[in-house]
Amino acid sequence: MKKYKWLVPTIYILFLMLPIYWLLNMSFKTTTEIINTYSLWPQKFTLENYITIFTDSTWYTGYLNSIYYVVMNTVLSVAAALPAAYAFSRYKFLGDKHLFFWLLTNRMAPPAVFALPFFQFYSSINLFDTHIAVALSHCLFNIPLAVWILEGFISAVPKELDETAYVDGYKFWRFFFRIFIPTITAGIGITMFFCFMFSWVELLLAKTLTAVAAKPIAATMTRTVSTSGYELGLLAAAGSLTIVPGAVVIYFVRNYIAKGFALGRV
Amino acid sequence: MSKIRLDNLSHSYLDKQNSESDWALRDINLDWQDGGAYALLGPSGCGKTTLLNIISGLLNPTKGKVLFDGKDVTTQTPVERNIAQIFQFPVIYDTMTVHDNLAFPLKNRGMTKTEIDGRVKEIAEMLELTKTLNNRASGLTADGKQKISLGRGLVRSNVNVIMFDEPLTVIDPHLKWVLRSKLKELHQRINRTMIYVTHDQTEALTFADQVVVMHEGQIVQTGTPVELFEKPKHTFVGHFIGSPGMNILPCKIQNGIAEIDGIKISTNSKIKKSDFVKTEIGIRPEFVSLDKTGIPAKILKVSNTGRHKIIDAECSSGKIKALSHSSKEIPSGSIFLSFNQKYTYAYGDSWIIE
Amino acid sequence: MNKTVNQKAWLFVIPVFILVAFNAAVPLMTVVNYSFQETFGNNVFTWEGTRWFKQILRSDRFHDALGRQFLFTGIILLIQIPLGIFIALTMPKKGIGVSVCLVLMSMPLLIPWNVVGAMWNIFALPEIGFLGHTLNDLGFDYNFTQQIGDAWFTTVLMDVWHWTSLVVLLSYAGLRSIQPAYYQAAEIDGASRWAVFRHIELPKMKKVLTIAILLRFMDSFMIYTEPFVLTGGGPGNATAFLSIDLVKMALGQFDLGPAAAMSLIYFFIVLLVCWVFYNLMMRNEEQK
Repeated sequence: MKKYKWLVPTIYILFLMLPIYWLLNMSFKTTTEIINTYSLWPQKFTLENYITIFTDSTWYTGYLNSIYYVVMNTVLSVAAALPAAYAFSRYKFLGDKHLFFWLLTNRMAPPAVFALPFFQFYSSINLFDTHIAVALSHCLFNIPLAVWILEGFISAVPKELDETAYVDGYKFWRFFFRIFIPTITAGIGITMFFCFMFSWVELLLAKTLTAVAAKPIAATMTRTVSTSGYELGLLAAAGSLTIVPGAVVIYFVRNYIAKGFALGRV
Repeated sequence: MSKIRLDNLSHSYLDKQNSESDWALRDINLDWQDGGAYALLGPSGCGKTTLLNIISGLLNPTKGKVLFDGKDVTTQTPVERNIAQIFQFPVIYDTMTVHDNLAFPLKNRGMTKTEIDGRVKEIAEMLELTKTLNNRASGLTADGKQKISLGRGLVRSNVNVIMFDEPLTVIDPHLKWVLRSKLKELHQRINRTMIYVTHDQTEALTFADQVVVMHEGQIVQTGTPVELFEKPKHTFVGHFIGSPGMNILPCKIQNGIAEIDGIKISTNSKIKKSDFVKTEIGIRPEFVSLDKTGIPAKILKVSNTGRHKIIDAECSSGKIKALSHSSKEIPSGSIFLSFNQKYTYAYGDSWIIE
Repeated sequence: MNKTVNQKAWLFVIPVFILVAFNAAVPLMTVVNYSFQETFGNNVFTWEGTRWFKQILRSDRFHDALGRQFLFTGIILLIQIPLGIFIALTMPKKGIGVSVCLVLMSMPLLIPWNVVGAMWNIFALPEIGFLGHTLNDLGFDYNFTQQIGDAWFTTVLMDVWHWTSLVVLLSYAGLRSIQPAYYQAAEIDGASRWAVFRHIELPKMKKVLTIAILLRFMDSFMIYTEPFVLTGGGPGNATAFLSIDLVKMALGQFDLGPAAAMSLIYFFIVLLVCWVFYNLMMRNEEQK
């Protein structure tokens, strides 16, 4: 039995790759070919779909918009969550448990519940259709997650580290940036990975809060489909390109994933 | 119960070995009698745990054989070898009660319920676990958990050998002593071969009849605690065992006589050849005394431990430690040191010259 | 860890508190506000009390959506949790295979959700998709846009494809943290493979599995984008889960009052289930 153990992950990975391959396959076909002939690989290989995307600003600004607000959200979430997670891990204070639970409940709020009120709220404060609006709205579910993961990592660091630093005469913030943050880089890496991931894949809020100027790529895709008929080749190419940033991020954190998971709360 | 023989055992964790340092174990030969208490002693990374895992069957050696009662068991699994092993950290099954934990190895071997209950009760009494038998094992303290691990090792009555891999590491110092005497007592009661791995000389010397000292993957000496103390075969043994360890001083050999700083030293070694790269004299601090003649030295520091005084002195070849009664007055400044010939040995390339 | 009492720690929490409250409090108040009132636009509201709540709680439409939601989440958990554990158990433990598995398995997690829907749409379509085409070639009459069973099959398969890796990653991390001595001791005790799983691996994975189940419950219960793009909730209302139904009601029909009431009930159910589950797990822990 042990001899055939490798078969399970292999079959699973094949299953995961199949739809992705199909998307790639279609992205190198023309829409006419997709509709008229069924084939496992492109009969007439074409890069036209990709050229369209890279030369048309309505397409590629979609990517830039997405990356812009995702990075903004990741930085914002982690920067805010770090001191909070430290406080939850190290100190007792009035209402700490309630606050922690309240934070987590926001992770449980269905985005569909908030879509409409978000639209009205951000319109009323003149932030509608800006990157910061999407970045802020994603804080709703990313900050609780970031606090939760980081708290786990920070609790794994012995308190003696803090105490030694104070005895050595470090002021708090100097200690926090010079000593503490470097010791939990793995945790910060994992947290950023999750924030990036959930902000990048979320669409309901991102679509609701934008119209033109900050429209994410994933939303651009749906719009194009509905207006110009089924441009399947173009759709597939755009979809394929949305996989790239995620793949790059995974590649960079691949070593942290296995290690980091085991260390922290996740 | 059986005799254990290790025949030319070598092990490497690498697929290819280019140099000596690629081997975790080199040329191990050992003969252990049935029913003895043995200790494997050495610093971390010397290969003692590797050796233990090879004997238990958790690892397959790269080269060489393991024999139980003359029978080759090298390729057998731990179950087939019928051994028990206790690990550094307490291994307990969280989901089970103390009773079920102890019964687990027996259940897996298909024993009946009455047999199991009898054995478990006996072992629990031996380890003073009777009161907690129906508790969840996960709620116990570290030493309680380690007792369960011990119990699982002892519960089978027919095992060939019981092995301990630094079993007292996580135990509080005052309980360490209690558990250690418990182990010694158990050995006398059940009279089974036991192998005890540790880096703590006190643990090894108090537990074992025969101690195997390991250094960089090799066995440097096998002997009783007294032998290890009085006649270390390797400078490493001299250094590692004893507190403070043996004094090792570079010396010259001329016409079969050792000299330190030009002064002839009479030793218990019969020196026949002198073509060593490195020659040294080894003498335990216990056998160094202050004298009117001998090696001129200067006293650097005297510390009183209560039981005796440790004298730190320095001669031109290096530092020497000496022990004396705590009541004895120690002069300061320049003195002479003399060595008790019976316990003074010459070492060539770190190995004793006999 | 013993914590020191320090009220100044609140200062550290303020940024988080402000950012989350900013996003949670005002919109939540808006929802609460709508749920008790009736509006015909132009900011004219009339007080309706608990009428919308009663209406939603009694409506067949809500019952059906809720039933579908629980069925879907139940199926998802029953497949993904055991499958995830199984795959984690068979994953390589060292060497290049670890990185390859981790990178490839994480891929679906980082694809925007509507792309996941679109990808599965073109993957499953009977004429042009690999899945649909192959199934029809094999003699199955498969068309997820028209047959309810096929639509469910495809939605479940898509979610398994999308999220099982999260369970795998978490389980794998849990397995990696087990000391080798446990396996060695079990080997010496003569434990069977099943006993090793039941008495060593499963108990050690309990913490990460709690997280996995909670995350999978929450996210599958709130699922919107993927089925919306894949099936649009159809055929009919066959795959209209709670979120899809809610958005339909709020934006499609502009029934803000009932939609808001439904939102609150929905949110409350998620909270309640998580709270009950979490407490069950914790009580179990304390009993030890």
